[in-house]
Amino acid sequence: MITTGFRTLVYKETLRFYKVATQTIAAPILTAMLYLLIFGHVLSGRVEVYPGVTYTAFLIPGLVMMSVLQNSFANSSSSLIQSKITGNLVFVLLTPLSHWEIFSAYVLASMVRGITVGFGVFAITAWFAHLSFTAPLWILVFALLAAILGTMGLIAGIWAEKFDQLAAFQNFLIVPLTFLAGVFYSIQSLPPFWLAVSHANPFFYMIDGFRYGFFGQSDVNPWISVAIVSAFLVVLALLAIKLLRSGYRLRH
Amino acid sequence: MTAIEISNVQKRYKALQALGGVSLKIEEGEFFGLLGPNGAGKTTLISIIAGLIRADAGSVKIHGHDVVSDFRAARRKLGVVPQELVFDPFFTVRETLRLQSGYFGLGNNDKWIDEVMEELGLANKADTNMRALSGGMKRRVLVAQALVHKPPVIVLDEPTAGVDVELRQTLWQFITRLNREGHTIVLTTHYLEEAQAMCKRVAMLKLGKVVALDTMSQLIRRISGSQLVLHLPHNSLPEELQPLLNHPPEDNKYSLRINDYAEVEGILARLRQGGISIDEMQLQQADLEDIFLQIMDENIV
Repeated sequence: MITTGFRTLVYKETLRFYKVATQTIAAPILTAMLYLLIFGHVLSGRVEVYPGVTYTAFLIPGLVMMSVLQNSFANSSSSLIQSKITGNLVFVLLTPLSHWEIFSAYVLASMVRGITVGFGVFAITAWFAHLSFTAPLWILVFALLAAILGTMGLIAGIWAEKFDQLAAFQNFLIVPLTFLAGVFYSIQSLPPFWLAVSHANPFFYMIDGFRYGFFGQSDVNPWISVAIVSAFLVVLALLAIKLLRSGYRLRH
Repeated sequence: MTAIEISNVQKRYKALQALGGVSLKIEEGEFFGLLGPNGAGKTTLISIIAGLIRADAGSVKIHGHDVVSDFRAARRKLGVVPQELVFDPFFTVRETLRLQSGYFGLGNNDKWIDEVMEELGLANKADTNMRALSGGMKRRVLVAQALVHKPPVIVLDEPTAGVDVELRQTLWQFITRLNREGHTIVLTTHYLEEAQAMCKRVAMLKLGKVVALDTMSQLIRRISGSQLVLHLPHNSLPEELQPLLNHPPEDNKYSLRINDYAEVEGILARLRQGGISIDEMQLQQADLEDIFLQIMDENIV
């Protein structure tokens, strides 16, 4: 059931990033552009990951998904930590919004931000290579699984009590996990040990599955990826709701 | 009907006992004051009522709804004005109030929002960003936010701290009106005059415990009463009046405790009988501050 309270919180969370769109949308699009220009320039013609797919074309879905993931995380986590530190989180905590409503509103708004940025990255980078859309439904499914990063952002935002704790979470966990998830390379090219390690990285399945939607080729069967990623989402969502229900670090 | 029922609420922060078993019943329509020095536990208690803090033990019910197990119903009945001057810098005044209203499930509430803004003198700031408001204006928005869902119970934590005279007037007029219309009001304040003027009943907290709970008039009468101060330059006080002395006389100034103004007549008659002339006479009403200091000085806890 979609309640007015839930809708309002989603609206507030999206309005919040929309009002600072230069920082929340334009900047990450520019970053992704720079990756494409630099890596695409250096590596194009030297690496062909999948037969018939140029390196630049291979790179684009990876960059799009990386942007989706990082910005989904950034939205819920930064919103929560800011509200906590400035104290205006009380406006949400004083309301009859249920734990489920708070959880889903933050995560949905994160997805909106992530997918908006991802779409922006795609709209610009798509001019640089010929892309196919072999299985568009998979593209959509994996883009929506950005909910995972929105959930992780929510958990990080609840857990962190200072900006630097959140920055640590972002710099030491989220960024390495996304960079090492096969954005810039196919993990098949890795030595066996690192290949195994990559398989333990849930972000890898998101990027791999997303890329499957474009090329119809991937390192792992997309059904397996979607199963693993969905299971991961369920675990994280249950954890987030448990934290909200217990009032951990929000209602001491 | 009981507006707020607080039963044996306890809260401990490591070594510090913030609340040591507080029980209070605040009836619907009351204007109730929660007084106490800094660190007495007032804000902790309000935060527990508001669901911002979980009590270690005990329970709080608002209009019969438990603030933890039935929090959705409880919070619909409650409007809270926090003590800290918090605001969301992303939004204008109107956006802030619409959002707050929406969180309570009220999607189309502009009529009431406009009325609240009008009453609190915010109408011409409706489209101003929160960041651009003065402290007093931000305080008004906090009050408005607490009222968007027309809660029957309104809790204000130090609403007039650092607020100019004009806003205090506006605020008290508006809150008095809400109380007249049937809203239950609970407030904490450092301004005892304010509490004395506004609150019908008060609880005093000290080190996390209720040390006094009574109506304002009872409290003032019971604890200190009034005093009659007489300056008798040439004589001392007749012996039968000596037991009424509050404290030993200074410079022939006698301070007599009286519980009723009718007693003044008897005292004066006795002095006249003794042919004692009065140089100066003063009738002093004890005020909340006297009582407050008296109670806080007592070693009750």
